[in-house]
Amino acid sequence: MNRWWAPCLIIPVLLFGGSAFAQATKAKAQNVPEIPYESVPNFLKFPPGLYLGEAMGVATNSKGHIFVYTRSANTRLFEFDQNGKYVREIGEGNYGFEFAHSVRVDSEDNIWAVDEGTNMVLKFNPAGRIVMVLGHRPDAVVGVIAQSPAPNVPAEKYILGRPTDVAWDAQGNIFVSDGYINHRVVKYDKNGRFLKQIGSEKPGSEPNQFNTPHGIAVDAQGNVYVSDRANHRMQVFDNNLGPKAIYDNIGDSWTVCISPGPHQYLFTSNSNPNGNPPGSWDISGEIYKMELDGTILGRFGHASKEFGGFQVVHMMDCRNPNEIIVAEIESWRVQKLILKPQAAKVSASVK
Amino acid sequence: MRHNLQVILAAALLSGISAIAQSSVPEISFDSTADPLKFPTNIHLGEVAGVATNSRGDIFVYTRTGHPTISIGTARPLAHGGSRLFQFDKTGKFVREIGQDSYGFLVAQQVRIDSQDNIWVVDQMSSMVIKFDPNGQVQLLLGRKSESERLPAPPQAATGGPAGRGGRGGALPGAGQQSDVFQRPTDVAWDAAGNIYVADGYGNSRIAKFDKNGKFVKSWGSRGSENGQFNIAHGIAVDAQGNVYVADSGNKRIQVFDGDGKFKTQILNVGAPAAICITPGPRQYIYSSNSNPPENIDADGEIYKMELSGKVVGKFGKAGKLPKEFGTVNAISCRSESELMVGEIGNWRVQKLTLHSN
Repeated sequence: MNRWWAPCLIIPVLLFGGSAFAQATKAKAQNVPEIPYESVPNFLKFPPGLYLGEAMGVATNSKGHIFVYTRSANTRLFEFDQNGKYVREIGEGNYGFEFAHSVRVDSEDNIWAVDEGTNMVLKFNPAGRIVMVLGHRPDAVVGVIAQSPAPNVPAEKYILGRPTDVAWDAQGNIFVSDGYINHRVVKYDKNGRFLKQIGSEKPGSEPNQFNTPHGIAVDAQGNVYVSDRANHRMQVFDNNLGPKAIYDNIGDSWTVCISPGPHQYLFTSNSNPNGNPPGSWDISGEIYKMELDGTILGRFGHASKEFGGFQVVHMMDCRNPNEIIVAEIESWRVQKLILKPQAAKVSASVK
Repeated sequence: MRHNLQVILAAALLSGISAIAQSSVPEISFDSTADPLKFPTNIHLGEVAGVATNSRGDIFVYTRTGHPTISIGTARPLAHGGSRLFQFDKTGKFVREIGQDSYGFLVAQQVRIDSQDNIWVVDQMSSMVIKFDPNGQVQLLLGRKSESERLPAPPQAATGGPAGRGGRGGALPGAGQQSDVFQRPTDVAWDAAGNIYVADGYGNSRIAKFDKNGKFVKSWGSRGSENGQFNIAHGIAVDAQGNVYVADSGNKRIQVFDGDGKFKTQILNVGAPAAICITPGPRQYIYSSNSNPPENIDADGEIYKMELSGKVVGKFGKAGKLPKEFGTVNAISCRSESELMVGEIGNWRVQKLTLHSN
């Protein structure tokens, strides 16, 4: 809502950060099989007068309903049914909505929104009421000072610095990737009590350090997968945030999701960077399908402004590993992709 | 708030003695209803700065629903909106919104109901105290909102107050002004004659007294830790005899004055009082919250029950996010001694507490 100072603060951050991120990263993994897919036409159906802005977050619940967290004139959260029919708006005008970043749905169909404008993670119950909040929005009277892009030194247990994403393990422990100001992952228990963090308020490129942890997912064993975007890698941790693996052959990991079920798959997007610098479309924009151990099974998609192409994928839902829903920043769009992995060329998969 | 609480934290570290004293305080058992209010689907509580009840048991909540909007393209930054005032009946059913789009609703700080069921709102950023009659019509205004904002906000050191804003006169004074120009006021109370006492607050360090018609009478206090000085006067309440109790949070004490501002005594060993209320009736009690700062839910948070003398009867609760835990309590309503409403900054909710006699 702080429309006057928001441009003063956020735009410099984007321009500054944008220059750092503007270079696309070509994935080291080569000769990866292409997985054919189709994008479902006219997927989300909006009532008259309702529009998406930048589609930052997308997630589905157990019924297949689709939640989209978007930056329009105000940041808003919409729900659609499994057929793409509009259902309702959630959290309209609440104190935590300022600058959308991520939405996720947990195993009990609670809806979690991560807002990097208010530095808050909000938990909505399935009825759409806020039942828990993490972080603290800077007070309006000090917000101009507190919102400066300077690092939060030292990182506070219960204060987030432009957080990016949230995930849970089977016990309900909460993992927050935090974010643009801090560079850490925080583990809270299911009641929101701080347990542990990895990383710090400072960016770094060593193992266990982050430079813009931008997405997070947890597998059924409780292992934690972090999109370490500006380090061009994904870092994997055990449930206690001990290091397990680094996958650095997938370009810039912008966002990550893990499919459910007995055989889980890992998806990561090497999204084309904002600003579309020359040549960036040639080397970025694709999504990778992987085994949890990092084995790449295939890739799909490419940078494009056309329907079926991707324009800065910011988030994916993979509740069904053959039906990926992607949210795009720069096409203000959500697409549902039907993958045909059996048709992929099964030439050597790449580790 | 954050600066305030950093001060509190520092003070907490320095006062191991009070921690020892508190360890012998009896625990009061209690239950909580963590969602006593029922909302229309498009209304959500943000940070609950104020909660109060009227004589019918109706519940009033003053909440921060957004940051104030600053108009772009104007010669000076002009602030609009950011907080809302809601009324519920005693069963928690939504009744109405009051003061929609009010010029003075920017950053909610407190709501109180007087003996005639008038609704008083204190706004920290507009630096106004607004009296609504029971029908929701504006009856009296204290203070004046700045015509424009100074952005970025002047740093703390330059203002003498914690991260304050420029008022009409420019830099914030550290000491009180003899007028109704408030600087981030925090709370309001009345004596039996209807005199009005405003805790003022973050920017000023004083108590301002007005007669029942809003005519300025006097103010007392300045920034400091001596008797009669304040380090963030964060709450205020008046007993039936007209004694004035000030939650002097940064100094970790409640100061007691007579109605003319003469210092009478202070109450220590109840943490850093951030919210305070006094029960009605022949035997009055004080409730005071040692509220945790938003950045730490692993310490503090308990609420004390006291005699008017300051003798602690017991305490209850701790910081946290679950029901029966508290997240930066900013308001306590205690029209009934055993049934409290608390408003939480940290958890965006109102809890209805039922205290049990041990």
